[in-house]
Amino acid sequence: MTPRETAIALEPADQSAAVPAPEVADEILAIVDLETHFTMRRGNLKAVDKVSLSLRAGDTLCVVGESGSGKSVTARSILNIVKPGRIVGGRISFKPGDDAPIHLSDLDPYGPAIRAVRGGHISMIFQEPMSSLSPVHTIGSQIIEAIRLHQPIEKKEAREQAISLLKQVQIPDPEIAVDRYAFQYSGGMRQRAMIAMALANKPKVLIADEPTTALDVTTQAEILKLIKSLQRDYGMAVLFITHDMGVVAEMADHVAVMRDGKVLEYGDVDQIFSRPQHPHTQDLIGAARLMESGPAAKVAGTLSEEPILQVRNLNLAFGTTHGMLRRHRAVVHALRDVSFDLRAGEALGVVGESGSGKTTLARCLVGLYKVDSGSAMFTRGDGSTTDLCGRGGFGDRSLYTEIRMIFQDPFASLNPRMTVEQIVAEPMIVNRACPKSELRSRVADLLESVELPADVMDRYPHAFSGGQRQRIGIARAIALNPRLVLADEATSALDGSLRAQVLDLLLKLRSRLGLSFIFISHDIGVIRYFCERMAVMRRGEIVEIGPSQSICDNPQHAYTQELLAAVPRADPKQSRLRG
Amino acid sequence: MALLRYAVRRLLFMIATILALSIVCFGIIQLPPGDFLTAKMAEMAATGDAVNVDAVERLRAQYGLDRPFIVQYWLWVSGVVVGDFGFSFELTKTVREVIGDRLGISLAVEFLAIVVLWAIALPVGIYSAVRQYSIGDVAATIFGFIGLAIPNFLLALLLMYISFVAFGATITGLFSDEYMNARWSFGRLVDFFSHVWAPVLVIATAGSAQVIRILRANLLDELSRPYVDTARAKGMAEWRLIMRYPVRVAMNPLVSTIGWLLPTIISSSIVTGIVLNLPTLSPILLRSLLSQDMHLAGALILLMGVLTLLGTLLSDLLLAWIDPRIRMA
Repeated sequence: MTPRETAIALEPADQSAAVPAPEVADEILAIVDLETHFTMRRGNLKAVDKVSLSLRAGDTLCVVGESGSGKSVTARSILNIVKPGRIVGGRISFKPGDDAPIHLSDLDPYGPAIRAVRGGHISMIFQEPMSSLSPVHTIGSQIIEAIRLHQPIEKKEAREQAISLLKQVQIPDPEIAVDRYAFQYSGGMRQRAMIAMALANKPKVLIADEPTTALDVTTQAEILKLIKSLQRDYGMAVLFITHDMGVVAEMADHVAVMRDGKVLEYGDVDQIFSRPQHPHTQDLIGAARLMESGPAAKVAGTLSEEPILQVRNLNLAFGTTHGMLRRHRAVVHALRDVSFDLRAGEALGVVGESGSGKTTLARCLVGLYKVDSGSAMFTRGDGSTTDLCGRGGFGDRSLYTEIRMIFQDPFASLNPRMTVEQIVAEPMIVNRACPKSELRSRVADLLESVELPADVMDRYPHAFSGGQRQRIGIARAIALNPRLVLADEATSALDGSLRAQVLDLLLKLRSRLGLSFIFISHDIGVIRYFCERMAVMRRGEIVEIGPSQSICDNPQHAYTQELLAAVPRADPKQSRLRG
Repeated sequence: MALLRYAVRRLLFMIATILALSIVCFGIIQLPPGDFLTAKMAEMAATGDAVNVDAVERLRAQYGLDRPFIVQYWLWVSGVVVGDFGFSFELTKTVREVIGDRLGISLAVEFLAIVVLWAIALPVGIYSAVRQYSIGDVAATIFGFIGLAIPNFLLALLLMYISFVAFGATITGLFSDEYMNARWSFGRLVDFFSHVWAPVLVIATAGSAQVIRILRANLLDELSRPYVDTARAKGMAEWRLIMRYPVRVAMNPLVSTIGWLLPTIISSSIVTGIVLNLPTLSPILLRSLLSQDMHLAGALILLMGVLTLLGTLLSDLLLAWIDPRIRMA
């Protein structure tokens, strides 16, 4: 008896729990009982645990799940690029029409047989278009290489094909763009180039692993549309990996919901959204729809009319030079006449896409950048006012006890060599805000208020998940009883249900501590959920500002309308991409 | 074209830097009290030779050694500009002759050492990273640390000892006696290669150990990048894609260190050069500094400075040439 057979014999209950793959006509890819494991220093991680999926020719199957659910590893197992993991069980079969099926999981992962499939019959695109393209080769040379790996044609002919592929993915001036490098492309163009490369050999199956997660929402909408239309032109089946139920509703014909390496639910997209069976599916849909409306009352009590912060006509321009040779010079207006008021206890959301100036604004307000002109009058706790953007505004260090920040990346913003206690206590020590004898109990209180048990104090950040780490960051931010909190994409690194939990925690803290918030996000749903008012920024300007709900219901500026239209809704009936 | 303009601008800056450098090196060699003649007198007195004070004073006046610093500097540097590097008191030859005699040999030894260094380091470093924690990697790591830890002179002594005991051959110098001052011929070339392997091996060992470690670390970073998976998903063969993508990127930081190798033509093998009695520039740099042979020392230090500047420029241009991000981003 092989070890695998033993495992099955020992776990008969597991068989019934797994959703069996339905036998379907014109199936092009069949995954049966796939098991992919990673050998860790401490034991074995079953990243994919008896997964069965079926993909029909021309169909779109969305695999959805939160991070760590095994959806990405499942996708990578198909082409057997799971190093350092290993496929230890199950079978993946590619069935190209009339030909005999190819059992991909049985092939040598370095052998010529599977290499003929990779990029030839089954192509793949990845999440980070920048780092997924070589930084030192031109886009053209990478596409030409993909073509010539599978077709015996001359370089010149391949180049012509590459240019026509770039044209198909709607890259402007493809004859010029073909000789450019990835860093000269914008994020959306890079993903288009990746798609062009994936289509080079007219594959039967396209695997897309979170292809729009790193992109702005309007760019995401364009890329999704492009994938849909190319899918029709090429008659491809698409296996689409995502954590976003909105994207699922836009794209999917069929949906598989994964968690902990297992498929929890599989079905038709309409059935999944209208009659979700598994509680986790219901949670995912619920969390996505939550962001489409807002909580009934954001905070208890009424807002004061007193402004805590009055920002007037902030301007900041960056001069940029490119490269060692300093060839291009350009001036970027990061902030143009930015003005707004923030009332005490209010949360103002700043929404915009990358490069809109929203993070620059936050950096100016905490004194990291010096503005060219303008002022930001902050009302201190003692009633005096200070210009945050003025000369030496932050020369007075006590300002930092009243204004705190929460950062985007819960992994990078905590020092890995400090314990949770040291991290949370640090601002109090630096500002001598708490006597040493009471420090530990104060940290325990803070951890309790972010709903972490006090006994985590002596552990290091690596022991925590992303959501827990963000809670530690929040505890650090409120340690000094600030009056204004700047949250820069504070929930962007978190998946759906975690995001809602952290937002609800922040709402609770707002009520309890009377905090004012400037909440920066690219996600208009998060801002509608959390903020009374929102400011929409584009290219350094505030194009629209007002109550969140009315902006979302009745956007005035064309850009706001575009932004709202681009947000995928977690409802397949509203999908604009399906025919 | 832009690259050419950049190079010209850099060259102009370099001239100014070299001028400043010349003042500093002249200042440094003047720092110890006395001059070559007082050092020579002390040595003669110590060995019991008669010291002719008058003759010494005459020499001193002849070479301007009794003049103020700035005048001496001017005499020196105005000579340097027209190619007259002064006179080596100790070797009783012009500095130009001394350097000319040895520069070619130094270049040859250093060039061979670099070729051997890269020939060892490149394949071993790549293998070490791609097969991380394999037996080969562990062996390379051990070799690397031993290579780094053993001082060059000890390795040179070991080689001398082994070759004498095992083969009865002395491997000091670069030529046998009969070819020492002969003109270049096929026989002399063969003789040269039968000697040169020892210093080349000594110099290359330590260097390659270092390069292996750097290349391994760089490549390990690159191997886990998403673009490597992209290449895999295209259907490329494993070794081919490793050489084309991650190795290509991992080489960039190493290329930027190539320029640092230029000044090592003079400085790298000082101890090795002395132990193995090589007719290269390194040993005479040390000797000239000890004996306060100021014109020779000054010229060598200045040469090192110029080579450093040229090397840095060369590195920058090379890096811009191979890495489009430096050139354009």
